[in-house]
Amino acid sequence: MSRPRNEPVQAVKQRRDAALAALLDVSAYVKFLGVQIDRRGNELSATLPFDSKIIGNPIKPALHGGAIGAFLELTAQLELMWTTVWDVMEEGGPDADAIEEGRFPNWSKVINITVDYLRSGLPRDAYARARIVRRGRRYATVQVEAWQDEREKPFASATVHFLMPQDD
Amino acid sequence: MISSAIPHNVELGMEVVEVGDGMALMAVPYADKLVGDPHTGVVHGGVLTALLDACSGTAVMLHPKAQGGTATIDLRIDYMRPAKPGEKIFARATCFRITRNVAFVRGTAFDVSEEEPVAISTGTFTVEPRGTRFGDTK
Repeated sequence: MSRPRNEPVQAVKQRRDAALAALLDVSAYVKFLGVQIDRRGNELSATLPFDSKIIGNPIKPALHGGAIGAFLELTAQLELMWTTVWDVMEEGGPDADAIEEGRFPNWSKVINITVDYLRSGLPRDAYARARIVRRGRRYATVQVEAWQDEREKPFASATVHFLMPQDD
Repeated sequence: MISSAIPHNVELGMEVVEVGDGMALMAVPYADKLVGDPHTGVVHGGVLTALLDACSGTAVMLHPKAQGGTATIDLRIDYMRPAKPGEKIFARATCFRITRNVAFVRGTAFDVSEEEPVAISTGTFTVEPRGTRFGDTK
């Protein structure tokens, strides 16, 4: 399927949004945490909506460190996948068609994650953005930061190392 | 009190299997809602993060020298292999050193055999004064 040279902006937008939605739809765990993703061009922002089930300390109350770590990890993983998907879709061709049909490249595997808990998570929505530090053929390094009310006061950050999907 | 009082632990179905001085063994049963990749049925890494974090914090509070609560300063998790679909996941954490302010904890997550870990963790935790409860920080 070849695309017309001057595609209407709505068609481009619709294709990108559909790909992102399909990507999010596959993971039960993303739904379990209730994570939502906003897209501005190729930039993604993740939201972890507050819910009583992600409380780790009911007395304070504060968010669960594990839920925060999970949120950071999946934001980083999604950023890496989305960057690959974006590049393939921009390139066009059979691989781009596959994505439009809901067949995505394999997910990168997390080798390790190091989470810094900078402040306790307040009982309200949390946001995160990830930045790819390096994306190589075999390995990738992604940094991710989460905040709540004030962008310049992150409450958690993480560095995640990935093993890129191998073709063999 | 440890697990039933913590909503997110309840939500994950987390249970305390065994406790000792500065040691906790906890588990999360396999559940479809925790799956990260539907093609393989493998539980999402985030579940291991939650389990190892909770288990490590519990180990700190079970240390004889711990007086009050604790909060995670940092936690590193190395994923050794995917967890087996359908299997309950266990985590054993040991607080091997505690000072006035900082506790050091190692953890291992496994499914079928403790000798073949799914993930290992290293974390540092705060040591809060007597009278505080878990997670209390100023």
